[in-house]
Amino acid sequence: MEKIAILIETRQGEIKPSLYGVITAAQDAEHELLALAFGADTARFADQLKPYGIHHLVTITAPSARSFSNPDNRARAIIRAMDHFDIRTLFALTSLAGKDLLPRIAARLDAPLVMDCLAVNLVDSTVEKPQFSEKTIATIRVTGHHRIFGIRPNMIEPKTMPVETETVVFNYQGTADDRLEVVETRQGKSGAIDLSEAEIIISGGRGMKNGENFQILQECAQVMGAAVGASRVAVDNGWVPHSMQVGQTGTTVCPKLYIACGISGSIQHFAGMKTAGTIVCINTDPDAAMMQQCDYGIAGDLFKIIPALTRQLKAHR
Amino acid sequence: MFDAALFYLRPHVIITDPMNIYVCVKHVPDSAATIRIVEPNQIDENITFLLNPYDENAVEAAVQLKADSDDTDVIAVTVGKPAAIDTLKSALAMGADRGIHVVTGYWPDSIVTARALQAAIIKDGLPDLILTGKAAIDSDGYQTQFRLAAALDIPVATHVGSIARNDNSVTVTCGLEAGGEQVIRMRMPCVIGTAKTLNTPRYPTLPDIIKARKKEIREVSIDHLAIEPPDSRMEIIALKSAVQKRRKQMIAGSIEESVTELIRRLKGEARIPLS
Repeated sequence: MEKIAILIETRQGEIKPSLYGVITAAQDAEHELLALAFGADTARFADQLKPYGIHHLVTITAPSARSFSNPDNRARAIIRAMDHFDIRTLFALTSLAGKDLLPRIAARLDAPLVMDCLAVNLVDSTVEKPQFSEKTIATIRVTGHHRIFGIRPNMIEPKTMPVETETVVFNYQGTADDRLEVVETRQGKSGAIDLSEAEIIISGGRGMKNGENFQILQECAQVMGAAVGASRVAVDNGWVPHSMQVGQTGTTVCPKLYIACGISGSIQHFAGMKTAGTIVCINTDPDAAMMQQCDYGIAGDLFKIIPALTRQLKAHR
Repeated sequence: MFDAALFYLRPHVIITDPMNIYVCVKHVPDSAATIRIVEPNQIDENITFLLNPYDENAVEAAVQLKADSDDTDVIAVTVGKPAAIDTLKSALAMGADRGIHVVTGYWPDSIVTARALQAAIIKDGLPDLILTGKAAIDSDGYQTQFRLAAALDIPVATHVGSIARNDNSVTVTCGLEAGGEQVIRMRMPCVIGTAKTLNTPRYPTLPDIIKARKKEIREVSIDHLAIEPPDSRMEIIALKSAVQKRRKQMIAGSIEESVTELIRRLKGEARIPLS
């Protein structure tokens, strides 16, 4: 049986919900699935992973817990674990952390790596992924001793495949390359979901008129458990920080629901949210490009519609 | 040339070799271009191509670092078809000193690209810093900077939003999720993958563009670089248009009515788990 590993990512100490879709992408009765997680305290994940077909949970420990804050050291630890357990195929999330860790691993192993996979076929070693600003879907064949796949969040619906999960500890003894040193780590907003992984996003554009008005999106987001995004216009005008920008030169997002408020819909904006499951467009202009490519459109004043949406969602709870 | 007068006037200046900053740039289709698939795995390249937007930030950072130090050479390097020379010219117009074009007859994957960049750079000189965009907007692979660093056996950081140069190291900040940041110090030489937040790329003026015409671009065929053929490959075997079928339903009525209807449809037919 070929061994396939899935790299576990956590948020505030818990497995990220979007990770179960990654496990599903790797599920196959023919293979033995291993989950790799950093830190001794991850042994408690076994019960959560059991229903998804993980046979072995490998908790990777190091003499000092701090050593895993170094991205290069994390990559070395994964490579060491892959070698030890004879793992040649690795799946992980195309998150911001994944965009650093997976290429580090692939580069050291000289292994093929495809990020943002929408689907993976392990039998013929092909994947589907968007290219050219999300305008095309490419089928890519990977060849190599190892293969590494970054799965786009929220694209694969998790499926259960219950097995017994055994926990194994892998003690990593390596030392970091002293040419790369982490001086400081400042965590992002506590509990906040990164745009690239959010299941629901509500975004504002030119129609928001100023930065203060984003508060009404924040309030609505809080009720829905959503993240707040913005168009390039809103960022260029200094209303919100670049970390909120959805689009070509901002963040590519793939939520189940994308609500575009006062966003006309440039090609570059679509390039960042085209794979959203459902798109809602709220705009005073019924002819806006976004209106033509949405699932549900309301032609009207977002300053009236969004507070009404917040109110009604609150009432539903 | 050793200028004694200058040396004594500015005793803090230590005479060293010039600092070499290599900037790796990619020639990519304009994000606004209409992509037409012409063969199972090819696009019609008769569209506007330009300097990859993330690489613009890398060029800008290199030109700014050059402005801060007395003796710095900024060399733009690209790997690609003959048309990619235009992207080198863009980098030269932004202020790079010279260019190297590794000419190919096809668009190689990032494994081959990194090997070609490594071979071209070490053939040219000793790098102190290598800058490139965190990703290219055509393939969105996020990996060439890491492969190049591994090939050269030097450290790398990506998604970099600030660069501070020290004597023989650089301190960079890398974006983490939800607005977090990690401050990393790397010994030089090293590779940096630049993010949009790093700077605002300059817009070359007409005189800049004319001046850039006189700058040297060295062309070398990839076949002359004696690159060891890799065992690993990533190969595009098919391309299709990404068409997402949308419902395109307009919801009318009063504010309250249309919001009620929207929630009903989102929870119902769209199966969105609205809490």
